[in-house]
Amino acid sequence: MAQIQSPLPGTFYHKPSPEEPAYKAKGDAVAVDDVIGLIEVMKTFIEVKAEAAGTFAGYVAENETPVMAGAVLAELDD
Amino acid sequence: MTISRLFIANRGEIAVRIIRAARELGIHTIQAYSEGDADMLAVKLADEAVCIGPAPSKDSYLDIAKVVAAAKQTHADAVHPGYGFLSESPAFARALAEAGIAYVGPSAETIERMGDKVAARQAAEAAGVPVVPGSKGRIGTVDEAAEVAKTVGYPVMIKAAAGGGGRGIRIAADEAELRKLAPQAQQEAQAAFGDGGLYLERAVQNPRHIEVQVLGDGETAIHCYERECSLQRRRQKVWEEAGAVCLDDETRETLCASAVALAQAVNYRGAGTLEYLYDSDRNEFYFIEMNTRIQVEHPVTEMITGVDLVQEMIKVCGGEKLSLTQADIACTGHAIEVRINAEDPLMQFMPWPGKVGAMTLPAGEGVRFDHFLYEGYQIPPFYDSLLGKLIVHAPTRAEAIDKLAAALEELSLEGLKTTAPLHKALAADPGVRAGDFHTQWLEPWLAAGNLTKATTGGVS
Repeated sequence: MAQIQSPLPGTFYHKPSPEEPAYKAKGDAVAVDDVIGLIEVMKTFIEVKAEAAGTFAGYVAENETPVMAGAVLAELDD
Repeated sequence: MTISRLFIANRGEIAVRIIRAARELGIHTIQAYSEGDADMLAVKLADEAVCIGPAPSKDSYLDIAKVVAAAKQTHADAVHPGYGFLSESPAFARALAEAGIAYVGPSAETIERMGDKVAARQAAEAAGVPVVPGSKGRIGTVDEAAEVAKTVGYPVMIKAAAGGGGRGIRIAADEAELRKLAPQAQQEAQAAFGDGGLYLERAVQNPRHIEVQVLGDGETAIHCYERECSLQRRRQKVWEEAGAVCLDDETRETLCASAVALAQAVNYRGAGTLEYLYDSDRNEFYFIEMNTRIQVEHPVTEMITGVDLVQEMIKVCGGEKLSLTQADIACTGHAIEVRINAEDPLMQFMPWPGKVGAMTLPAGEGVRFDHFLYEGYQIPPFYDSLLGKLIVHAPTRAEAIDKLAAALEELSLEGLKTTAPLHKALAADPGVRAGDFHTQWLEPWLAAGNLTKATTGGVS
């Protein structure tokens, strides 16, 4: 089980915009550098990318919630 | 009425600035804060503080019902909106009026009128304030377009009369180009909007951004001269000056008089700013919009005029008359402000909400640092990146730049990455020192790697 951590403190979003589906759903294949969510920090949106490949196990941090740097955002099954 | 309990519906450095201004007037201060801002300096400085909701702005600082309820609950008799958030919301001003609480700003009607681009342009024209020259209305034929372009002056922007936004805008440098582009624009407008009507406006090339500070009490309006804010990145001002040395005295007087005429025409109350584009080649200025609130860069005006703009706006919105006449406003020297943002200028200005370590702040004659920092403060990631504003005042512009460079060397904020390196590089740049820039200057300067060169001494 690999974890994807937040690179920065901010607000975590699962979706590119409120009308769109989440970047990943349970069971989706994840490649290195795939975007899995966004962190809004000081009015700037930063893409969160997977550093390892795997199968998406699910989001750990909820959509639109504040997270600290290093917080676990999502998990991957190997 | 005189204001005795002031509620501050804002955060960060401007909240600190408002608390200090109010305190000097003997006013009790009540600071609003979100759950993400419980540790902020303004909360510590205010006489009392009240939590208005969760960290996201939409659930706190932008929530009119919550802010008004908190102001009522704390028995505030006035609300200062600062800048951003609800500072230009007619609905907020109306909600406060209904609650019987004074608003430190103009009436809801004035906010509404000046916030509407078309209505503001009409108000400006009616007050005799120049706007960007353009066609009076819809243009139906190419010959008509050529005729109008001759009077407006090339280059011209061709837009669809029915369209909105930047869609389908073309720029023609001369009549030949206009005759080529106008039919395309017509066809496109016809296809997109079912109306081939066009609108023409002069394309102002490399304009400077110049703005005039005004103060009004609802009857009388005065100006506190102009600022130049042409150094911008992504339409955000990064460096601001007072006055604008590119203007001759006659142009300056005409410009400032035009701002007073418009402020007077809308019965302006409080502090406001009229923004203009300035075409240095033609020595002409055009009104673009009015900001009906205090602005981030107000301190440069305070430095050269000695007027406390925040105190003045609180007083007039408490019902007093202006304490100053136009004859009382005189300028001394030159002032420059730079915005110290929590961003790494060497990493594409990536936001950097760190924790403030050891802090050394510049001081001395003619040096001011408006900020909301203290050692050990964790900067919240939920709001904009402005940490503070370093302001210097000196007899001449050249001396002000020297003083700025020295103050930037003195400034040290451990634990943070800030835009200070950008300002050091700008202060050393020959183009900036010559005042030779415009609103389209900074981004190409950055893209050309000037910042990297300056910070690495030319070694990459």
